[in-house]
Amino acid sequence: MPAVSKGDGMRGLAVFISDIRNCKSKEAEIKRINKELANIRSKFKGDKALDGYSKKKYVCKLLFIFLLGHDIDFGHMEAVNLLSSNRYTEKQIGYLFISVLVNSNSELIRLINNAIKNDLASRNPTFMGLALHCIANVGSREMAEAFAGEIPKILVAGDTMDSVKQSAALCLLRLYRTSPDLVPMGDWTSRVVHLLNDQHLGVVTAATSLITTLAQKNPEEFKTSVSLAVSRLSRIVTSASTDLQDYTYYFVPAPWLSVKLLRLLQCYPPPDPAVRGRLTECLETILNKAQEPPKSKKVQHSNAKNAVLFEAISLIIHHDSEPNLLVRACNQLGQFLQHRETNLRYLALESMCTLASSEFSHEAVKTHIETVINALKTERDVSVRQRAVDLLYAMCDRSNAQQIVAEMLSYLETADYSIREEIVLKVAILAEKYAVDYTWYVDTILNLIRIAGDYVSEEVWYRVIQIVINRDDVQGYAAKTVFEALQAPACHENLVKVGGYILGEFGNLIAGDPRSSPLIQFNLLHSKFHLCSVPTRALLLSTYIKFVNLFPEVKATIQDVLRSDSQLKNADVELQQRAVEYLRLSTVASTDILATVLEEMPPFPERESSILAKLKKKKGPSTVTDLEETKRERSVDVNGGPEPAPASTSAASTPSPSADLLGLGAAPPAPTGPPPASSGGLLVDVFSDSASAAAPLAPGSEDNFARFVCKNNGVLFENQLLQIGLKSEFRQNLGRMFIFYGNKTSTQFLNFTPTLICADDLQANILTKPVDPTVDGGAQVQQVVNIECVSDFTEAPVLNIQFRYGGTFQNVSVKLPITLNKFFQPTEMASQDFFQRWKQLSNPQQEVQNIFKAKHPMDTEITKAKIIGFGSALLEEVDPNPANFVGAGIIHTKTTQIGCLLRLEPNLQAQMYRLTLRTSKDTVSQRLCELLSEQF
Amino acid sequence: KEKKKITRELVQTVLARKPKMCSFLEWRDLKIVYKRYASLYFCCAIEDQDNELITLEIIHRYVELLDKYFGSVCELDIIFNFEKAYFILDEFLLGGEVQETSKKNVLKAIEQADLLQESQNEEWGGLSEDIL
Repeated sequence: MPAVSKGDGMRGLAVFISDIRNCKSKEAEIKRINKELANIRSKFKGDKALDGYSKKKYVCKLLFIFLLGHDIDFGHMEAVNLLSSNRYTEKQIGYLFISVLVNSNSELIRLINNAIKNDLASRNPTFMGLALHCIANVGSREMAEAFAGEIPKILVAGDTMDSVKQSAALCLLRLYRTSPDLVPMGDWTSRVVHLLNDQHLGVVTAATSLITTLAQKNPEEFKTSVSLAVSRLSRIVTSASTDLQDYTYYFVPAPWLSVKLLRLLQCYPPPDPAVRGRLTECLETILNKAQEPPKSKKVQHSNAKNAVLFEAISLIIHHDSEPNLLVRACNQLGQFLQHRETNLRYLALESMCTLASSEFSHEAVKTHIETVINALKTERDVSVRQRAVDLLYAMCDRSNAQQIVAEMLSYLETADYSIREEIVLKVAILAEKYAVDYTWYVDTILNLIRIAGDYVSEEVWYRVIQIVINRDDVQGYAAKTVFEALQAPACHENLVKVGGYILGEFGNLIAGDPRSSPLIQFNLLHSKFHLCSVPTRALLLSTYIKFVNLFPEVKATIQDVLRSDSQLKNADVELQQRAVEYLRLSTVASTDILATVLEEMPPFPERESSILAKLKKKKGPSTVTDLEETKRERSVDVNGGPEPAPASTSAASTPSPSADLLGLGAAPPAPTGPPPASSGGLLVDVFSDSASAAAPLAPGSEDNFARFVCKNNGVLFENQLLQIGLKSEFRQNLGRMFIFYGNKTSTQFLNFTPTLICADDLQANILTKPVDPTVDGGAQVQQVVNIECVSDFTEAPVLNIQFRYGGTFQNVSVKLPITLNKFFQPTEMASQDFFQRWKQLSNPQQEVQNIFKAKHPMDTEITKAKIIGFGSALLEEVDPNPANFVGAGIIHTKTTQIGCLLRLEPNLQAQMYRLTLRTSKDTVSQRLCELLSEQF
Repeated sequence: KEKKKITRELVQTVLARKPKMCSFLEWRDLKIVYKRYASLYFCCAIEDQDNELITLEIIHRYVELLDKYFGSVCELDIIFNFEKAYFILDEFLLGGEVQETSKKNVLKAIEQADLLQESQNEEWGGLSEDIL
């Protein structure tokens, strides 16, 4: 039993509580409670009307049972009856029961509201107080409907007692929070504002809370509160510690009210100059007091003082207009970073986080980097370390990104599991945002996977792939790095995913090195296959089929794997389907079709980073967004300067501020439909750093070249950045070619220089006009080339294009399809003329014959079209065998004209052709035969 | 039911913390401010922009009020007079905001109420049936 029992003790209640406490077991307690519930139920149901005291006692017992964690489903009516009692103690217990155990029974609510209405009208301040407390504690919509109109009147009435005013203010605040639509603004608002001048500090405190909440939604209505709040605050901070009597708390004058006034001021921008000067004085005084020796050693003193200080700093950060105050605030927080009180270190880290986003104090915050890194390493409390991570993230910029990312990575090795995923996201975002060198970015992400693979969410590894696909300067490095990382005996499945995807796209870039030959790459990936989950295996199967296209030499090996029972008969439908389809695709499709279907992925569209979106979701939208917005604005300043000096290696690049915010919708593990023209990526020689004068021919260039032998218009070359289109016409020994260079990106190409390189033996005069050195994003420029064929020739000129894209040097070379047959003039002739000429050209050097296998379906109409496209006339009904094709024409050069006859004999059964060329010049026969043989 | 779940979760989280740790922790979208007095923990849930340190002192002021009212308050005082603990809280805090920070004013209000009770009790007879 307690020593003290003030007021009227309810002995029965005390006995019951003692009984419960004496219960030895949970079962005994439940038994005792059930016995009591049965007793109370019978009393409530009994014929004998209970007196008020008994009702109060039993209701109180029910309340206690409820507080022990048991459900109470009766007694509400008795409690409501108590509300209308004239005895204060009974009324009080009734209200308490209702406040704690609200029930949305509509009948009861009506009765409760009725009782409250009577008490509010009673003019008895104690009863009014009880009624107001009940409304504030329940705060239901029904109560708001009933009383939201009434309470403002009580609040501003001249004769209302101070304590009732306080309750009314907070009661109205509660109703406004739950049902803002039911609290009408009106005349009363200006009178509430004037409560800030009230003599009673308790009234001012309650009113300030109310005004702060109302002002957030209705700033215009309450803007006069600013100057009143400033003058009130000024009076408090300059008062002697004894002036405010009982409102001084451990030598700190009115700390609660000060905090509330400072919060109210955070609803508004910096005030007018006159008021502003006074406010600045207040804030300076608060900052000065922090430097004074403490008036008490009690923690309450320092807590109260620092509560006001932190709120003042919040206001300074909110105004973000006084560089002097911001820097002082930052220095003050810097002191707290090393304070022995954990609470203060925690709050200083948190507060500095917001300070870091102000342009005035960002640099000042950065000076504390070592302390914060130290906190990350030494703090024993995970919540404090979490704040340190947040602050490092907030203070990160170009200048310190490498250091911060390195520290976060090393912290990640030992970090608490609860915050690993968030750190992973933050590292991934910082690494991308501040990557000057994308090789660093790739290294960082692979490290992330190595250290905390389990916490690397899908978004993170999608993202690294997206960036590698979109930036061809890093593709070779990425392929080399993942290849090396995969060598580790145990590597995380996420690494297998990234590695599989990247090698499938760019494995060709490192295949030249015998240490990473196609077969070695494949074996390495396949050695991980059986340890991986189904989605990863599915991805690897896609990698394999991409290998079939990239590396014909491993096709058989891969087909064997696909053909094995463990794939073709895999229990998983997705794996089985992929195996079957890929195997079939590799068997039936021609190299052309394979190259088209399995072409390199096109660049991803630019969107908001999915990682950033995820972090926002994790941290709640409000806080992160604001910070990110401001940080993004700043990052524009940092990144958007003049074009940096040309980097020494081709891997360095400068991302544009928006380009690093790409987003990825869904995982694209399977190959998707490519754009029409086949193309390869830019071949980068990853094992040598020197940027050679002209790039080797782009892969696929040979194929495209062949396609132009029989046609004059079309797309010659295409990669992620650039498209080259051609339009040409030839007459006799002259030709004119229009080359169209299209910039596929949204960024300018600079120093754009196309050059035609002619082999020594080229007997053609080629005249080109220079083009503009800048090609705007999305724009197309045209170049005209005039050609004169001097004599017959073999080698085609090479078109080399060099330009700068986003800081990287690009170098593309393609063969320009200017071939001897372009100078053909068709010649019609009758059958006997043909055979006569044919016999005249019977000198062995004049005839060249080639027997070859058909590469395309043997279709008569297509073959005819190709012969006509080749330039010669197609002679019908000349050859006795109608299946054969015969053509004739004259090659025009500046010096001579060369008559040409050709005969093509298809053998459908063997899928072979025999092509015979007879011309008056052996080199011409040879060249034309080569060119035409490639077409069928 | 939801309330019970929250209580259980919070109790576990707070009890797991060591003495030297900071008094604030993030919990769902709220912050928990807690302080330990002997074997009792007092917790407040506050919103993101709210002031942690002043909340810590709200807890302390409430404990001071209990202490003053009961005279060296102990756990049993709060258990046996739980309704009084509620009344004091209602005078000090309302609708989640501080109503009256003056210790004197709060206790005056409670004592006035107690006086009302006693004056009314006098008209009231014996307490014989009280044990049931």
